Amino acid sequence: MDIKILGSGCKNCNTLEKNTKEALEKLGLKDQIEKVTEFAQITALGVMRTPTLMIDGKAIVTGRVAKTKEIIKLLG
Amino acid sequence: MFNWLDKLITLLVENVFGFSLETHLGGSLHFFFFDTIKIIMLLVVMIFTISFIRSFFPPEKTKKTLSRFKGIKGNFMASLLGIVTPFCSCSSVPIFIGFVEGGVPLGLTFSFLITSPIVNEAAFAILLAAFGWKIALIYVVTGVIVGVTGGLIIDKLKMKKYVEEYVYEIQGVDTEPEKMDFKGRLRFSWQNTSSIIKKIWIFLLIGIAIGAAIHGWVPTDFLAKYAGPENPFAVIVGVIAGIPLYSNALGTIPIAEALIGKGVGIGTALSFMMAVTALSLPEMILLRKVIKPKLIAAFVIITGIGIILTGYLFNLIGHLII
Repeated sequence: MDIKILGSGCKNCNTLEKNTKEALEKLGLKDQIEKVTEFAQITALGVMRTPTLMIDGKAIVTGRVAKTKEIIKLLG
Repeated sequence: MFNWLDKLITLLVENVFGFSLETHLGGSLHFFFFDTIKIIMLLVVMIFTISFIRSFFPPEKTKKTLSRFKGIKGNFMASLLGIVTPFCSCSSVPIFIGFVEGGVPLGLTFSFLITSPIVNEAAFAILLAAFGWKIALIYVVTGVIVGVTGGLIIDKLKMKKYVEEYVYEIQGVDTEPEKMDFKGRLRFSWQNTSSIIKKIWIFLLIGIAIGAAIHGWVPTDFLAKYAGPENPFAVIVGVIAGIPLYSNALGTIPIAEALIGKGVGIGTALSFMMAVTALSLPEMILLRKVIKPKLIAAFVIITGIGIILTGYLFNLIGHLII
């Protein structure tokens, strides 16, 4: 899976990253999370709200922090 | 709307605490408890409702809608969408790039960026609590007018060259924003409500406490002499004082409420509030990544003048509304 967290490094972005990491661990997945922090890159990916969780080019969570439980459901 | 609460708190202060409302402490205590409960109730209801409406207007969709508009109609549309499109100040840069890259004219982008922070759910809820629906509604309308006019002027000034060049080189792909069902919208609304309340409650309480102290101890009409509706400088001082205050924007409203009770002009208080939300230092620093200082200066001056004029207007006609 291609997992990306898009966000300039604000508090919400870090929380979303942490929750995604936890979700991956609980699912026993070894996929790496790629962080995209540059505004130019974020917009080039077609996203205008941060934080965003993108999986295989699809915005799964946009502009909000999803809880670990929810991410597990989305990944599963 | 809150008469029952008013009576309940009066009973609490007079019978449980044993202070008459006529005393300094009794008046302050009443203001503090009444305002805290009233504002928190209104905040939860309003933020939840508006977040729900907002879940239907992701910025990705707004961008597509706006790229089809031109002229004053477009500025108007941009300002209205600025009210319902959700974004926090940390998203203003991606939104700016996204709009420009998506072909939205610069004037429309600024109409959006000016109105959006001025007309926000929390400010609306607190205005409703403190001054009633007439003032709250007029605040929204003025926010739109300032946004439309500001965008039109920026368009006329031909400031395209003051956007950083790299912004025009970005070629974005179209990404579908997260799809939400009814349950998802409710969840989004609730998350938004709790995160806003968590962020502001402490400032709100401090603001209410200061407001309560003013209400109880400052003599009536004491401030009318210095900051009444007739003092033309009060508005300008209010706007300038509002720029560095940002995260505690909402805490300022109970203070404004108490100050108006002591004779400060309503326009002065409103323009102070608008300046706190629309002219924020952190947002300007972020915007510097995409626009050059000249355009930032134009943005600040135009928005600032719009807010000051709004202040004068309300000081002139305020007594007719309240």
